[in-house]
Amino acid sequence: MYEAVIGLEVHVQLSTASKIFSGSSTAFGAEPNTQASLVDLGMPGVLPVPNARAFEMAVKFGLAIDAEIGKESVFDRKNYFYPDLPKGYQISQFEKPIVGPGRVTITLDDGTTKTINVTRAHLEEDAGKSVHDAFDGMTGVDLNRAGTPLLEIVSEPELRSAKEAVAYLKVIHSIIRYLDISDGNMAQGSMRCDCNVSIRPKGSEVLGTRTEIKNVNSFRFVEKAINTEIHRQTEILEDGGRVIQETRLYDPDKDETRSMRSKEEANDYRYFPDPDLLPVMIDDSFIEACRNTLPELPEARQARYIKDYGITDYDAGVLVADRDVADYFSEVADTSGEGKLAANWVMGSVLAELNQTGSVIADFPVSARQLADLISRIKDNTLNSKTAKTVFEALLVGEGEVNAIIEAKGLVQMTDTGAIEAIVDEVIQENPDQVANYRSAPSDKQGKMLGFFVGQVMKKSQGKANPQAVNQILNSKLGS
Amino acid sequence: MSQITDLTLAQLKQALGDGDLSSVEITTAFLDRIDSLNPELNAFITISHEDACKAAADADAARAKGKAPAFAGLPMAHKDLFCTDGTRTTCGSKMLADFVAPYDAHVVSRCQQAGLISLGKLNMDEFAMGSSNENSFFGAVKNPWDLSRVPGGSSGGSAAAVAARMTPLATATDTGGSIRQPAALTGTSGLKPTYGRVSRFGMIAFASSLDQGGLIAHTAEDIALGLGLIAGHDPRDSTSADQAVPDYTATLNDSLKGKIIGLPAQFFDERLDPAMRRSMDDVLDVFRSLGATTVDVSLDHIAEAIPAYYVIAPAEASSNLSRFDGVRFGYRADNPKDLTDLYERSRGEGFGSEVKRRILIGTYALSEGYYDAYYKKAQQIRRLIKQDFEQALSQCDLLFGPTTPSTAFVIGEKTADPVAMYLEDIYTVATNMAGLPGGSFQAPLIDGLPSGYQLTGPAFGEGAILNAAHQIQTATDWHTLRPEGL
Repeated sequence: MYEAVIGLEVHVQLSTASKIFSGSSTAFGAEPNTQASLVDLGMPGVLPVPNARAFEMAVKFGLAIDAEIGKESVFDRKNYFYPDLPKGYQISQFEKPIVGPGRVTITLDDGTTKTINVTRAHLEEDAGKSVHDAFDGMTGVDLNRAGTPLLEIVSEPELRSAKEAVAYLKVIHSIIRYLDISDGNMAQGSMRCDCNVSIRPKGSEVLGTRTEIKNVNSFRFVEKAINTEIHRQTEILEDGGRVIQETRLYDPDKDETRSMRSKEEANDYRYFPDPDLLPVMIDDSFIEACRNTLPELPEARQARYIKDYGITDYDAGVLVADRDVADYFSEVADTSGEGKLAANWVMGSVLAELNQTGSVIADFPVSARQLADLISRIKDNTLNSKTAKTVFEALLVGEGEVNAIIEAKGLVQMTDTGAIEAIVDEVIQENPDQVANYRSAPSDKQGKMLGFFVGQVMKKSQGKANPQAVNQILNSKLGS
Repeated sequence: MSQITDLTLAQLKQALGDGDLSSVEITTAFLDRIDSLNPELNAFITISHEDACKAAADADAARAKGKAPAFAGLPMAHKDLFCTDGTRTTCGSKMLADFVAPYDAHVVSRCQQAGLISLGKLNMDEFAMGSSNENSFFGAVKNPWDLSRVPGGSSGGSAAAVAARMTPLATATDTGGSIRQPAALTGTSGLKPTYGRVSRFGMIAFASSLDQGGLIAHTAEDIALGLGLIAGHDPRDSTSADQAVPDYTATLNDSLKGKIIGLPAQFFDERLDPAMRRSMDDVLDVFRSLGATTVDVSLDHIAEAIPAYYVIAPAEASSNLSRFDGVRFGYRADNPKDLTDLYERSRGEGFGSEVKRRILIGTYALSEGYYDAYYKKAQQIRRLIKQDFEQALSQCDLLFGPTTPSTAFVIGEKTADPVAMYLEDIYTVATNMAGLPGGSFQAPLIDGLPSGYQLTGPAFGEGAILNAAHQIQTATDWHTLRPEGL
């Protein structure tokens, strides 16, 4: 039996307005090379000037994972040739990163938690992009992305499965979203992941030879790529072979990884301190200023939700994972005054709808206030769960406000016991066989059989009868 | 009045201000002299006839309206590694032979704002690598004192142009002696300011932690005038110092009485050429006559400066020159068959042999497994050298010594032996390693060839260096000697 040993290197594009060493915009999707200044082009004679906002964001991340902040932050040059790397070197951090050792907590499927140590996080500049499809027989270079600030977050190899790796990645994603230091959009490359994977016999302390899967760009692909790679390595070892240390690429279409370059072909990056940039001294007052702007982080918010709204640990965990969802939930809960109902609706209907449509809460058609209105009308017995669902669906397609929909659809709940009694009598009269069966059944079976009558009554009332009242009246009438 | 081109910048400024000369007259005089001498000396790579003449006419017009800036209409020239918008910047290399930068270097725009007119771009060793100006793609520069000899390097074009009166002022850069050594070999004054005093923005990098822009002129006074223009903080260069710029001309006439001149033992040991020693003694006699005293000091690690320099400078250069890859600008090999071929041939064909040698040395020094033994060690030596200077300068106001081991050597004499060439900078590199200001000024001729003495000051001590040199120039006429027969 083999055990997987996984470490992740997560690249997060920081959402600064301008680049890390130049004044160009970092906005995504502009025409090629329209956001590349002389500095981004690596023109002879130009020099980098650091962007203080990037440091602020990196320090906030460090504080959020309880990490040591590097008081002296040094930029190094990582030297290699590539057309999308204009200077022939990338400005990065090697020996003295801005964020030192820290940790995050992940929750496993069985509900237990595990601490994953973060080795370091450092600032660096992104490269440009090679464009292979714009010119016939030639490759173009788009330097709009060159110089976009990246925070590279390196974990210890403490993850033991693809699921753990994804859980870790989701926690990192959640933190950067809470801190609002990146949009975390994996599809657009704002967050990218390199997975270092090796396997070893269970119980062994010795690390196996690792491979690095480069640039995986979704949670799902991270899980699949790691599982595929574990499988590949297992087969090699079981066949008596040897895993080669190399860089691999994941192909989601074929669900396989393939070799990109071996260790022998790897670059010697010749790191050395960038003489164009002085060491950046981070003093305590800067760190404290960053700390003072930290928002409430997912863990703290989870604890508060459990306490304030009386919801379960699990529910709170689901609700806080995405900052926007959490904000939506708390608005619904606070406006309606119904924490538990709000949690049920957000987790059941809202998240289900988002999953189904692949959409995000920011674009969700039902506002938090509308959902709160809906919950208020359930609370005051205007709606029951069935009619509430109808209203929710109407809200989804934009049919107006809650009260207007109730009005238009005539969904006000029937609470007049006289009217319900009349319907109950009708149902009893129309179903003599079922009534006889019911009455002759042992009492422990009766509960189940009652459902038939409830259904009939609800049908006749077009779903508007108050279910509690229906149950109560049926019980008393059938019992006699 | 003597010939226009014989005048110093200060004298030309005076004449322009007094209305004795117009900018057109001055500019034309220098352009004419460039045209007649450059075919022989090869000091200029690009001569800006049209732009300069037009700027001169504009300056005269502005002056007539009373709207001219202080230096309006005065000529100068730039070393060809300062980027100039619209005029090519070659760096003395085939790699950039047709490169026109889309922007001006900080130094260039400061000069322009002050009203100075650029006569053109000056020859240099390729990418500022060399001590003889023989490493230029555009050919060697000749020493105006003896056309068979080198003018020094890498700012050989700047020094030769000033010495030959083709321009009264030239920008230059100094990474290991590239301002001071050519100034000494051509009988001119040259100042390398403190690291960070002058912005490197727009100065094509050789070794970023050592490079510093400065000036070559006839006199300390002219340098004081020019330095006031180009010094100062520039937010575009993170390593430029945010330190106020004094009026360097205001202290030129301070007395040297009571000043202490430090004589590093290592500069005056038995290896010093006797003729050079006599020349230095002559200068020291003048210092003493002006009321200064001397004290013996020591720079213990100076012997390690050259080896450490030839690790650090090539290491930085190997990385700085990576951007010349044939992809975006500069020389590109014809018909590359693939990306690797494009890189290899563009760089192989575009760079000269000295540049390639240093890229190789630097790449090796930074390689995995060698970094600690070479680059790290060199940085440790650099720190020790810095401490040596701090220690020495705590005992005196300025350090004094020869700028070069000997006078100008014959063209071709040292090209076969790179190490002999590197030793040309034996007295100058340590100053760069310590980041301190250093100037070279005219000492007596030796066998008809110029020699230079070097003054090194504490950080931001440019004013003290220029003051001392100006006092010597006031008391002597070595700086007025000029090459004959041109």
